[in-house]
Order: sequence, then C-alpha cells, then structure tokens
Amino acid sequence: MSAATAMTTKKSAAVTTSPRGPRHSIMSRGAAMLIMGVFTLYFLTPIWWLLVSSSKTGGDITGTAPLWFTADSIPTFFANLGNLFTYNDGVFGRWLANSALYAGLGALLGTIIAAMCGYALAKYEFRGREAIFNVVLSGVLVPATALALPLFLIFSQVKLTNTLWAVFLPSLVSPFGVYLARIYAAASVPTELLEAARLDGSSEARTFFTVSTRLMAPALVTIFLFQFVAIWNNFFLPLIMLRDQALFPVTLGLYAWNSQISQIPELRVLVIVGALVSILPLIATFLGLQRFWSSGLGAGSVK
Amino acid sequence: MRVRYGKATAAFAIVSALSLAGCSSGESTSSTQDTTSCKPSSGPVELTFTTWVPGMDKVVDLWNKDHPDIKVKVQTGPNGNSGTYQNFFNQLQAGNAPDLGQIEYDALPNFRVQDGLQNIAACEGVADAKDKFVDWTWGQVTFGEDKAVYAVPQDSGPMAMFYRADLFKEAGIKVPTTWDEYAAAAEQIKARGSYITNFPRGDVNWFAGNVWQAGGQWFANANDKWEVNLTGKESEKVANYWQKLLDKGEVSTLPSFSDEWNASFNKGQQWTWVSAVWGASTLASGAPDTAGKWAVAPMPQWEAGGKAAGNWGGSSTAVLKGSKHPYEASKFALWLNTDPQALALANKLGGLYPAAKSAKDLGAFSGGVDYFGGQKIYDVFADASSNVNPNFTWGPTMTKTYTDVSDGFGKATSGNGTLLDALKNGQQKTIDALKSQSIPVKE
Repeated sequence: MSAATAMTTKKSAAVTTSPRGPRHSIMSRGAAMLIMGVFTLYFLTPIWWLLVSSSKTGGDITGTAPLWFTADSIPTFFANLGNLFTYNDGVFGRWLANSALYAGLGALLGTIIAAMCGYALAKYEFRGREAIFNVVLSGVLVPATALALPLFLIFSQVKLTNTLWAVFLPSLVSPFGVYLARIYAAASVPTELLEAARLDGSSEARTFFTVSTRLMAPALVTIFLFQFVAIWNNFFLPLIMLRDQALFPVTLGLYAWNSQISQIPELRVLVIVGALVSILPLIATFLGLQRFWSSGLGAGSVK
Repeated sequence: MRVRYGKATAAFAIVSALSLAGCSSGESTSSTQDTTSCKPSSGPVELTFTTWVPGMDKVVDLWNKDHPDIKVKVQTGPNGNSGTYQNFFNQLQAGNAPDLGQIEYDALPNFRVQDGLQNIAACEGVADAKDKFVDWTWGQVTFGEDKAVYAVPQDSGPMAMFYRADLFKEAGIKVPTTWDEYAAAAEQIKARGSYITNFPRGDVNWFAGNVWQAGGQWFANANDKWEVNLTGKESEKVANYWQKLLDKGEVSTLPSFSDEWNASFNKGQQWTWVSAVWGASTLASGAPDTAGKWAVAPMPQWEAGGKAAGNWGGSSTAVLKGSKHPYEASKFALWLNTDPQALALANKLGGLYPAAKSAKDLGAFSGGVDYFGGQKIYDVFADASSNVNPNFTWGPTMTKTYTDVSDGFGKATSGNGTLLDALKNGQQKTIDALKSQSIPVKE
C-alpha cells in the first residue's frame, strides 16, 4: 500500500506542476541531458574500471587497456572470484557476512529505534520535548569519526572492545533518523487517526506498530537505507575497535589487504575483485528500495 | 638512557582526538619497572599477538601445537602506519594492548619514547640471542642501551640493485658499481628513451636507506636529548645526487607501486631499481612480462670498491607495556624469529626476509630464482645485510617526518624547490614536532 501512496503522490505532484511549469526548449533539454550524461559517465567510469579490472590477472591490470576486457576475461573473472573466496580460508566470505550482519540488523534495529523516538517527539506533548529534540539534532552535527576514539575508551572500560558489540551497538544510533522520523510523523500521521485508535481501545504500542509505521513507511525506508549505507561504509570505528579478523567488516578487511600489497602483490587483484563484490549488496539494496526512497525524500518539502 | 616526556596540553589532546598522539596521562611508570627479573607465570597462559603479516596465524599454529601451556592468539589489522600503530597507542592508553605487537624498526623509537615497550633483556634467552640476528637489527631493538632489549628482530630489507641484465648487455653499457657510473649510465639510457630508474618521491624511507648507505645519520640520542640531522653532509650528498638526475630528466617520478609504475617496469622503460630484498616479489608480480631478464647486483657505491649497503623496511616483534606474561611472550618472540620452520613458513606465506642470520640456510633462500634468470639473488642480499651500518637510529616521530619530507619531495619532483630544501624543511618540522610532544631536543 505504500507503493500506492507513492504513486498517488507522484501523480498529484505532476498534475499540479505541469500547467505552470517552464516551457522546455530543445536547447535547455539538450544541455540538461548533456550535464547529466557527463556526470553519469563520471560516476560510472570507476565502477566500470572496477568491473573490467576484476576480470584481469595481476599483470594484465597494468599491461592492457584499463577500460576494456581482455580475451579471456570471463574465465579470469571467475578464477579471481574463486581466489577471493578461498584466500586465507575464505575469510572474505566471513567479512561479507559480518558486514551484512552489522549493516542489515543494525540498520533494521536502528530504524525502529529512530522511528519510535521521532514518533514520540512528534506526537506526544511532554516537558522538555524540544530540548530533547535539539540535543538529538545537535548529534547530527557531530561526525561519527570524532566519536570513535571516545567510544573506544569507554568500551575498553567495560571490556567490550574487539567484540561484535563494539561495532554493533554504536551503529544503532541515528540522530538523523530521529530527525527525519519526527518531521515525517508530524506531517503524515494525523492526530485524529491516533485519537480514533485510542477510542477503539488500541494500546499506544499497537497503534504505533500497526497504524503509524505504515503511514511513515517511506521515511522508514529512507532511514533504513541511510543507516545501511552508513554502517556498510563505516570504516573508522571498526578500525579502532576490532583486532580479530573474524570480526572485521568487509571495508576494514579490504583496507588491511590493500595495506599489504607491497609485501604480497597478488593481493592487488583480490582487493579489486573484493571491492566489486562489496558494492553489490549496496547496489541491490538501493535498486530494491529506490522507489520508496524517492517518495520519502520529497515528503515534507511540499506541504 | 631514560627518555622522559611531559603531559600533552589539554588543547593538544583535543586537537589530536582523532589521532591520539599516544600521550599518556600520567600513568607512565616507566622508571619503576623492574628490569632485572622476568619470571615465568604459573599455569597456562594465553597471549595475544597483533601483526599484519599475511599467514602469520598459520605460523603461530605451529607454535600452539607444541606449546599447549602458552597459547598465542593472532590478531590482525592494516599495516602499522595505516592504523595499527595508532591502535596500539590507543590500547596502551586504555590498558588493553596486546601482549605482542609487530613494530617496524623506524617506529620503535616512537613506542620507546611513549613508554609503550617492555624491556625483556632479563627474560630467559633474550640477551643470548644477540648473535642469532644480523648486527644492525639488534642495534635497532636495543637502541644501544645497556641491559635493554625492547623487541626481537623479525625481518629486514637489505638493499641491492635490481637491473635489466639483457638491456645493459644489448646496449653495451657497463652495469654500474659506483654512483658515478650509475649517473653516467643514466645519461646513456636517457639517450635511448628510457629511464635508469624511478625516483620514489613518496618513499622517504627509501631515501633514508640511501643516506644510511652513505654513512649518514638522521637522528641521535645523547645525554637524554634527541639530535635531528636530516641535512648532514651525507644526506646533502645523496640529495644533490638525485637532484641532478631529476634536473636532467634521467629518472621518472611515478608514484611507487602504482599501476603506471608497474606498467613502466613491465614495458621495459625502467632499467634498474635500487630496492630492498622484498622488491623481488614486487617486480615479479608487477612486471611479469620481463621475467628472466632481471639480475641483482650490490648497491652502487660512493667509493669504488666499497661494500656499504642500506636497508629499507623490516620489523620487530615487541612485547608491549602492560603484558602480564613477558617471560612467555619473549619466549614466543624468540621462537617466531629464529625457528627454521617458522621462518620458512613466514617467508612462504608472508614474504618475510628474516633478520636471523640463519636465513641463508633456509631452502627458500638458497636456490636460484627463475625471474632473475636463475641467479641466486639471496646471496647478494645476505651479503648486503651484513654490510649495513649497525648504528643507525630512527627518530621518535618518523611518520611526521616522512610526511613532511615527502611533501617537499613531491614539490621538488615537479620543479618546485629541491630535495635538499625538502630535507631542510623536514628538519625544522621534525624539531617542532618533538618539541610539541615535549620530547627534549638539541637545537
């Protein structure tokens, strides 16, 4: 049903804007297409290079045309892939699984927490509400990297460094998610609806999970996506916290390999193939959740 | 030698929140540590060992199989300057550093100054191990102090000259044995449209290896004060030498180990590479098309008939401060770096060239290498290793020094200033860095 909501939002937006929209000359259209084309090329070229290089042997990466395949690209690609997942007892697979766990579960729980928090801030009147919101908001301004070291020292105190929790727990926190959830809940969850639910005898928790979350779905997907990408790409926190390579996420593992290339040159190929494999889940998540996301982004901008 | 350092100011601590310069906050009790005894722990112990050498866990498995009472757990991470050293400092601060850590020679003084190392001289077998290691590596782990050993040498990077035997022969150019001949050859090679070598503008430790060969010293520690001397006459000589080659365009300036750099070697545009022993595998994988055409000769000399060699890279196994089991830790460190089986496996999986003298007896280093036309290249490196000046001291802020000097080198290679300017600038910046950490420095 969220898809349906998205559809109607889009349609109504189209209806209201088209009559008064600027007239598009072919020139301006062409210019826009050109600029978009250039940027697309700019962003896709590195990924293309990554794909092409993944299908080469170590020597061919430097010795052949960087942006085109070699004659035996396909078998080489699969051989590289095989090496990637077998090198060092298949530790790469473990890293992928760790990343999936940190990012998947972390983003899911983080989204739920942010949603509850934002919803409470939007829909309940209580003393200090704005103060709490402002504190959370100021959390958006503090870069996660700046918190990594203090977190390390705190986690050292409770002897949780070098454990799964050291990376997982800080990932659950998303000030931006709280902010977005509040704005969205304020705009999309009518107070009348909540009152009706209360009259019907629904508990607050039940109302939240069965009614409000559905209305907030586009925002929740956005929060999930942001959180997922942030945790997946998080590098500094695991770098500081983890020593056991069985706990590494894929970013840290690839970085560690990359730093050993001068000693073990064959790692170069594995780092390239590994980088390609490591962005696939991100691409898949993006494509899968894209349509919810775009409708979520527009929310609140037009009221 | 007792190195003391003060507390960092609060401002510095905040500024360095990201990089935590390892300034301890008054808990450093270096002087109270008992250096005369080192007793075994009672009962079984478990040690943690952080290293970034690939395959080290397999080597440690060998140890664990035979030593059920001293179990070693391997932890890993990126190489030292890419994060592991910073982690060590953070962990020393938090009191949960591993028992053992891999530390490169050029980073040891930093850990020493920050009081991160345990003196294991009194532990069984450590002092006697001196003769098992190449002289200069032992100098690195003792800092020339009496009754002090702060780490066990692990691997080393003695330098020699890789050269394209086929190209030199074809062109009728004599393979250079002195730096003068090297410069002359550079001119001839340039005339043929190639380069004699690439100047590695980012690898200041390569440059330091050359200064080391020339007999220079960048740092000294006397009377509890550090002396910084990046611009001594040997350094000046080396800087001016390479500056001349740069000015004439006889050396390329590609970023080391980059794809272009590999390609340049692979296409035969580079005729020599003065590098460390580990460079053999770098070449073999980066320039596979030139297999069989390379050979190895000793580094060119400043004086004809000389034998001096430099060193580039290498690391030690250190027992970090706070380890509860220094006896067991040093026992393991000695085994790791002297046991023939361990050395062979560490070489096979991690590409380490051992600091132990027994390296030359290992199978991996006794035969010919196909990539080098069957030459027994490791004999050349073993020789070089014994000709490295044993009294070379690194400073306590090498990471900073490297960054500053390589910035200057980068400018110099693009025609902005000279290599010597970069060293002069690095000299001043290094002194400033020492002062900002309250490390006593002589001006």
